[in-house]
Amino acid sequence: MPELHLAVALDGAGAHPAAWREPGARPDELFTARYWADVVAEAETGLLDFVTFDDGLALQSASAAEPDTRTDHVRGRLDAVLTAARIAPLTRHIGLVPGVTVTHTEPFHLSKALATLDHVSRGRAGVHIQTSGLPHEARHFGRREFPVPVGELAGEAADHIEVIRRLWDSWEDDAEIRDTATGRFIDRDKLHYVDFKGPYFSVRGPSITPRPPQGQPLVTARAGTAAPRHALVDLVYITPRDADEVRAVTTLLTPPPGTRHVFADLTVFLDEDQRAADARRARLDAQAGAPYGTDSAVFTGTPGRLADLLQEWQQAGLSGFRLRPGVIAHDLPAITRGLVPELQRRSAFRRGYRADTLRGLLGLPRPANRYATGPAA
Amino acid sequence: MSTKPLKQIHLAAHFPGVNNTTVWSDPAAGSHIDFDSFVHFAQTAERAKFDFLFLAEGLRLREQGGKIYDLDVVGRPDTFTVLAALAAVTEHLGLTGTINSTFNEPYEVARQFASLDHLTGGRAAWNVVTSWDAFTGENFRRGGFLPRNERYTRAREFLETATELFDSWDGTEIAADPVTGVFLRDARAGAFAHHGRHFDIEGRFNVPRSPQGRPVVFQAGDSDEGREFAAARADAVFGRHATLQEGRAFYADVKGRLARHGRRHEDLKILPAATFVLGDTDAEARELAHEVRRLQVSGQTAIKYLEHVWNRDLSGHDPDGPLPATDPVPGENTVALGRASVRQFRDPLATAREWRALAEAKNLSIRELVIAVTARQTFVGSAATVAGAIDTLVQADAADGFILVPHLTPGGLDVFADTVVPLLQERGVFRTEYTGSTLREHLGLAVPQPVRPAGDRQPAAR
Repeated sequence: MPELHLAVALDGAGAHPAAWREPGARPDELFTARYWADVVAEAETGLLDFVTFDDGLALQSASAAEPDTRTDHVRGRLDAVLTAARIAPLTRHIGLVPGVTVTHTEPFHLSKALATLDHVSRGRAGVHIQTSGLPHEARHFGRREFPVPVGELAGEAADHIEVIRRLWDSWEDDAEIRDTATGRFIDRDKLHYVDFKGPYFSVRGPSITPRPPQGQPLVTARAGTAAPRHALVDLVYITPRDADEVRAVTTLLTPPPGTRHVFADLTVFLDEDQRAADARRARLDAQAGAPYGTDSAVFTGTPGRLADLLQEWQQAGLSGFRLRPGVIAHDLPAITRGLVPELQRRSAFRRGYRADTLRGLLGLPRPANRYATGPAA
Repeated sequence: MSTKPLKQIHLAAHFPGVNNTTVWSDPAAGSHIDFDSFVHFAQTAERAKFDFLFLAEGLRLREQGGKIYDLDVVGRPDTFTVLAALAAVTEHLGLTGTINSTFNEPYEVARQFASLDHLTGGRAAWNVVTSWDAFTGENFRRGGFLPRNERYTRAREFLETATELFDSWDGTEIAADPVTGVFLRDARAGAFAHHGRHFDIEGRFNVPRSPQGRPVVFQAGDSDEGREFAAARADAVFGRHATLQEGRAFYADVKGRLARHGRRHEDLKILPAATFVLGDTDAEARELAHEVRRLQVSGQTAIKYLEHVWNRDLSGHDPDGPLPATDPVPGENTVALGRASVRQFRDPLATAREWRALAEAKNLSIRELVIAVTARQTFVGSAATVAGAIDTLVQADAADGFILVPHLTPGGLDVFADTVVPLLQERGVFRTEYTGSTLREHLGLAVPQPVRPAGDRQPAAR
């Protein structure tokens, strides 16, 4: 079996609503660069493929439909692209994948921001594409009436990805020539208009930012985000409950072999023995005042049992996992220092970084430029 | 005899831009995209104790004659993303970015700047610019353009709205107390509502108040409206008048407007852009400056520049020959697109007449004429001469300091840092160490108090 791939999802102090009250959670530092730098450094010591940074264009809410007035949960987030960029010079190998809402934002801005994240991280940028159908979030922009049909959100997301991908290719790799003999800085025949026209936006191009080091930074999304144009996404996240569901979903997705990844999202609470894990989870739930539930499966147990489960699900058709630490201060080190060594013992996970780019870590080639006409560089 | 205390000079470093000021043909010229270049440039500025680094922005590649303009540096990274990354390799340097208010939305820009201010520990600044061209609009959702007379009203409302978003948190909301379980003291933190002509939005802003309260705000326009906007709302002006006479007139005019807006003289800093060429002696510097001008204005560049005024294809003309005998095509410039500079020629026919007269009187070719009429370097001389000139201008109230634009990426600032800065420090007019940690502290600006509409506060238990 090939080695599996591991990412972690970072959101505030962790996935559990009471995570911020745990020892070591640093709740008063959640809006500092130092906190994020330390967390991503820990993920990098575990040789993880990438981290994602959760984000959104509205304040977090316990209600899916509207803002709440709770005061006992973490509220507020820093822009994920900028947080990733702030961490990029402090890390060397780990992929940096900010969450981005494409429903209200500009593909032109997003394309150059991600291209630049790829430049400042030297080829480690990705993006987690998200849509938002929330009427209260739309009122932060005041441009459109919500709700809109889900199909419309997916269509817009697909158009958005199409445009950012075209803009990344709008400069050929060798467009900058600095030819003193002719006085030309660029060969303008190697810059391309993208000329996208759609119902939500039209974009002329080219990008103002040269092609990023990876050619195409990694595009990730929940399954269905860009439906039915699934092939625009390099890596999809699914939320199966068990191995049978993994089999069912991965069969449906039929990823072209070697070109696309399917990761399962899994929330984890890890301790050295089962009893300690159960007790901690119960304590967190008591503190939150309600049993924890989320859209993904939740694992509570030991790193060894988690390794068993990951391998079982991998066999059912997955290439990797995005683990959501219940409590970052506790469960992230449990992943990097408990789960990872366990997987390494089983020869199921890398023992060192063997690539410099995020695509490289995931075994994905650097794509050819769709606009290139000359002999392949 | 009373002596006025010496003014302290503010200095900033403008990363070389995508125009012909930047000399890319020099063997020492490096990448303007690789992050290493930005690191070198920022760390030089910080080593020299500069107030801040400045990044420009342009949202469409320039075109001339229907083709992408290829003679200057082309392409740049995303402003916000580079500034956030630079925060990791600097500790004190302010980080200023130009962000357009026409092709963005207040909620998104406010959260980007508030985030940047958190991630830099209070070093973020925003140069608010506007545009109204349909050419750039072709890259954005709103697509269209703004009538010229609306660009300032929209920019003003954009900034007002962003300010309301920054102020929707006052900095006291976060308790983060694990014992009591209270994270937020205010259940309605971030609530805002703006119902205006350009923006009609409401909800909850999702970035808590940042270290500087709000980013430092720059304004760059020179028109009467631009000056009024600056006097009313800006913390600093990115100006263009760097000579004694023009500088003093501009300085007096803009600072004179402050009182009408209830602001003090020191609440707004005037920082013109300035270029420089340094040599061991003044004579050597003058010679170097001339060489740099020749590199900046090649024969091809001179022809292209002339087209900005003539508004027609002049590719058949010899740059070493005389000016065109034909007159400029009147009306909106359709030859050069994506360039703010073409608008400085309000009366192209008069400009053409003036230049022909100048060329005939001095027997200048097209290239020589363009070199003569376009900006020569602001400061040319030995380090002592340049330090003296800068100090004189600041003490004479022609400026509060300068935003220096080197012509080389990324090393163009090095010699200034090594030779001029120590002389300014010896004169006692420039800091030898940073005394504050935020950009507001570097610039001597007060931390703004949040302004919230009366009755906006809601009890937590609502």
